[in-house]
Amino acid sequence: MSKNFISNDIRKLRFFNDEMTQKELAEKVGVTRQTIVAIEKGNYSPSLELAFKIAEIFKQPIGEVFSYDSSAATKKSNK
Amino acid sequence: MSYQERRSIINILSSLLIFGGYAYYVFQINGEENMLLIKDFTFWAKYILILIPVSIVSKIIVYIIFAIVNAIATREEMPSITDERDKLIELKSERVTHYLFLFGFLMAMVVLLTDWPQYYMFIVLIGMGLVSEVIGEITKFYYYRKGV
Repeated sequence: MSKNFISNDIRKLRFFNDEMTQKELAEKVGVTRQTIVAIEKGNYSPSLELAFKIAEIFKQPIGEVFSYDSSAATKKSNK
Repeated sequence: MSYQERRSIINILSSLLIFGGYAYYVFQINGEENMLLIKDFTFWAKYILILIPVSIVSKIIVYIIFAIVNAIATREEMPSITDERDKLIELKSERVTHYLFLFGFLMAMVVLLTDWPQYYMFIVLIGMGLVSEVIGEITKFYYYRKGV
């Protein structure tokens, strides 16, 4: 498994959106609940399209939902 | 454990049981008459051509039973869609399956070059077919559990 350098604030954003459930979010963006669980845990990096869809649901710019840990990625590539 | 992980485990177990059951039926129950035919290529052609539909029908039945039992036991709805993560995991596990089966095919060709009986080729081919399927499912389980 490759190390995932993309983190996200989906859990926090769901909380601030009337405690939206993972199932509700999954239905809105057209994926399974398990995929939302995997994204929240950092076990899966979504496609750009799915990332934009999730950001759109929370009415946030994509950078507010997802962030890329470039220093950790650089460290790994230098190893 | 997610629905997909449980499904992978069921697929592994059903593959082993269906193949084992079919092999037992062919070589134990009808063993005496089939052991005489084992060197005949038409026997192996029949063995493989019957194994495919038996395997497909059995897996459909196992899958239906699993879906019902899973719904009753977990009260979890079966995912109605296959999303991008499922497709990515499917692609990765199929790649493993195909590479392993290709390796098995090459091994079967190597068997033909040796002094071993020619029907060993079919045993290697069928055996690697099962191994590649099981390892493919294990790969799928791994990606669902650990992430992709």
